[in-house]
Amino acid sequence: MTARTNRLGRSALTGLTWLVALLFVFPVIWMVVTSFKHEVDAATDPPTFAFAPTLEQFTTILDRGFLPYLANSAFVTVLSTALVLLLGVPAAYALSLAPVKQTSNALGFFLSTKMLPIVAAIIPLYIISQNLGMLDNVWALIVLYAGMNLPLAVWMMRSFFLEVPTEMIEAARVDGAKLPTVLYRVILPVVAPGIAATALICVIFSWTEFFYAVNLTAAQAGTVPVFLVGFITSEGLFWAQLSAAALLASLPVMIVGWIAQNHLVRGLSMGAVK
Amino acid sequence: MTALIEAPQSSEPPATRTRTQARSAAWKRRAPLLPALLFTIAVTQVPFLVTVFYSFQSWNMVRPGSQHFVGFDNYVDVFTDSVFLQALGNTVTITVVCVLVAMLLGLGLALLLDRKFLGRGIVRTLLITPFLILPAAGALLWKTTMFDPSYGLLNWAFGIEVEWLSDYPLAAVMTQIVWQWTPFMMLLILAGLQAQSREVLEAAQVDGAGRWRTFVSITLPQLSRYLQLAVLLGAIYIVNSFDAIYLMTQGGPGTASTNLPYYIYQRAFEGFDVGQSSAMGVVVVAMTLIVATFALRLMFRAFDVSRGVK
Repeated sequence: MTARTNRLGRSALTGLTWLVALLFVFPVIWMVVTSFKHEVDAATDPPTFAFAPTLEQFTTILDRGFLPYLANSAFVTVLSTALVLLLGVPAAYALSLAPVKQTSNALGFFLSTKMLPIVAAIIPLYIISQNLGMLDNVWALIVLYAGMNLPLAVWMMRSFFLEVPTEMIEAARVDGAKLPTVLYRVILPVVAPGIAATALICVIFSWTEFFYAVNLTAAQAGTVPVFLVGFITSEGLFWAQLSAAALLASLPVMIVGWIAQNHLVRGLSMGAVK
Repeated sequence: MTALIEAPQSSEPPATRTRTQARSAAWKRRAPLLPALLFTIAVTQVPFLVTVFYSFQSWNMVRPGSQHFVGFDNYVDVFTDSVFLQALGNTVTITVVCVLVAMLLGLGLALLLDRKFLGRGIVRTLLITPFLILPAAGALLWKTTMFDPSYGLLNWAFGIEVEWLSDYPLAAVMTQIVWQWTPFMMLLILAGLQAQSREVLEAAQVDGAGRWRTFVSITLPQLSRYLQLAVLLGAIYIVNSFDAIYLMTQGGPGTASTNLPYYIYQRAFEGFDVGQSSAMGVVVVAMTLIVATFALRLMFRAFDVSRGVK
């Protein structure tokens, strides 16, 4: 009797969980549904649930010049992430396995830059970019995104480096291995998954960044969020088109995030959650 | 080199030698850190110092040659500007309400997920999706498909006619921010729940503690570290909210939903007032610093930074 009520309770709880989850992501589901609609079915009262699907919106988006924005996003994301790793991996090493004296100062400094509101620096950044001829230039975004993600990356990678057993390093040293060998043979295999997870997080943040992109770029260097801004000014209702654009713009990061969901928390908590 | 060879003859050779060696060893250790440090200083600190410099100037970008030193005038203007004060209030409201609501919802969802059931992986994947949608896309979708007074799903679902964005602009913006940040809170809290030891929970059950009692006396204290972290990290990001306001309400109607990032943006890029927007930026940083010093201490405790620091 109790066993049965227990099982019943459990099924009810599972049902509830599913219901809550579906309600919660409904705006996303609705976006996907709407992106396959004709424009006449997209904004109706009551909403249209049965309709003839079409790929028309996706081709329209591509015709409106979506691809260059996508290419800019990809270029900026990949290069800024590469720059972060290039600077961040040695720094994480210096703050974990071969700690310098001022380690906690350095860590505190990196973290404090994360707390600096980005609006506080946008005016000089705009004026400096203008003077250097870097406005609407992808390289400006690459440098700024690297600066934005570096503190997070250093913290996160440090936590992965700390997991390398020091006995392993010492054993290798005793066997006469030089530093490059130790780095490559002993440390790298342990931290590689962590570096990959860090890179994924940097990719997500660079891809979705809005403030710098909107203020410092336009038609030439605009990234996907800048393309979406075009929809607040357009006349009339283009919900199907908007949904298609939103879906295309979010899809790369959605896939990356789904794959990296286990690492997401660790990255965002800067390594605090194991 | 000479120092090394001559060392044995000089008066206090070993000390000099070890000191130079120690110094060069210290620099060798520091070397891998320096590029990252210098880069971060150049990209984040230098522009801020320039902001401080601009904040003492009167300078309108559309009037060339208008730039001159005005001392603290901009700061006086900032604190007597009623819109600035309103934006400050809105920023505090958005941050506090969104962090708390997202955390409570995240806690609820995490508790639902913290058990084995059919399709758990899928449900978790679904639930984190709002966090992965481009925030700009999320804001535009909420503005149109959800909040639109004529065709939005909200009015249809509840059978009402509300002009969400003009009647409740701040609530609408906060809804979108909460929706976006709840999954993050959920993941963080879920990590905390799963770090609990099963034995302790079972022991409590054997001792006859009910579910609620177990939750309050065992789970919550253990979660506190994760909850603190969630509050801190959520606040860092939410205080900077710009996308949702820019895309959904543009700070309006009037200035009803203007927060500090949006107001500074307006003064700088629509008003072209470099001096005043810089002064606002400096004020915001000063206020953030006060909160952050406190928060940093918390973070260091939560993160156990001393681990690995020798």
